[in-house]
Amino acid sequence: MSLLDYFRQSKPEATAKQAKERLQIIVAHERNQRNGPDYLPDLQRDILEVIKKYVAVEQDDVKVSLDNRSEELSVLELNITLPDNR
Amino acid sequence: MSKVVVVTSGKGGVGKTTSSAAIGTGLALSGFKTVIIDFDIGLRNLDLIMGCERRVVYDFVNVIKGESNLNQSLIKDKRVDNLYVLPASQTRDKDALTKEGVQTVLNNLRDMEFDFIICDSPAGIETGAIMALYFADEAIITTNPEVSSVRDSDRILGMLSSKSQRAEQGLEPVREHLLLTRYDPSRVNRGDMLSVEDVEEILAIPLLGVIPESQAVLKASNSGEPVILDDESDAGKAYRDAVDRLLGKEVDFRFLTEEKKGLFSRLFGA
Repeated sequence: MSLLDYFRQSKPEATAKQAKERLQIIVAHERNQRNGPDYLPDLQRDILEVIKKYVAVEQDDVKVSLDNRSEELSVLELNITLPDNR
Repeated sequence: MSKVVVVTSGKGGVGKTTSSAAIGTGLALSGFKTVIIDFDIGLRNLDLIMGCERRVVYDFVNVIKGESNLNQSLIKDKRVDNLYVLPASQTRDKDALTKEGVQTVLNNLRDMEFDFIICDSPAGIETGAIMALYFADEAIITTNPEVSSVRDSDRILGMLSSKSQRAEQGLEPVREHLLLTRYDPSRVNRGDMLSVEDVEEILAIPLLGVIPESQAVLKASNSGEPVILDDESDAGKAYRDAVDRLLGKEVDFRFLTEEKKGLFSRLFGA
């Protein structure tokens, strides 16, 4: 730090904090996908295509997840956010 | 019993080869018979970092293909006893490494009573990287305190828990270690860089070492001397600590705080 910097101490917000928050979100998201079966991304894409025929939805509006509750029970969860002007 | 340790990261340029060279050399210095294998087929570089590039005659792929035997391909280090390098091939053939081939070489190295087999992984998540981690007992996840490196490290942790032999055979999982490299405490203090604690919290694996950003690393690779041989340097000392921890010793972490600057450097910049 030079002399000039010493007087110019208007601290911008810490970007490391942003980095940490962004990482926590994306890593959690990717870990979730990782545990799912390989066909899940394809299934999500196909479902999206079907819904798109009827409603204007984007990629992010359709969420598919598979939850293995126990040996016998797996729950396929489909979450679609519909646009406001239905 | 030989221990197979993969040095991996996902992202390139974070210090896998530098760390493989340093840690392998450190283990040999501690009296363990050690071999470092370069898995980066087509982009051989461990030989340069170890300073043995002019002594490469036969390589890893030659051994797998039966074109040479292991003894002809292993390069014995001239500085440190018990230290050997198995160089990567420069072939462009992507399928040069096979699980069977790698397995055979590892078994032969076990028969030669190596204590540690260090696998220097290529970047990415392609065949080479999978081959390097497949047979691992332990993994050193080399990570920079930076978003893309941390994310890729997490990907590799996923690979270790699904694609490794231990995972496939349902054995005890690969033991994972975090090695944080290019750490700059002054930038952490300024809030510009993820801290050790941040990265530990996100990746949630035990910390093996923190290597400070250091002039010594480039100098070491320039001269082909593993940086751990530079006793005076902060990076060299940090790698020694990491090796001791790998061997099960409890060592306090150093170089995590900013060095105090004198008045002179405060006024005129470092």
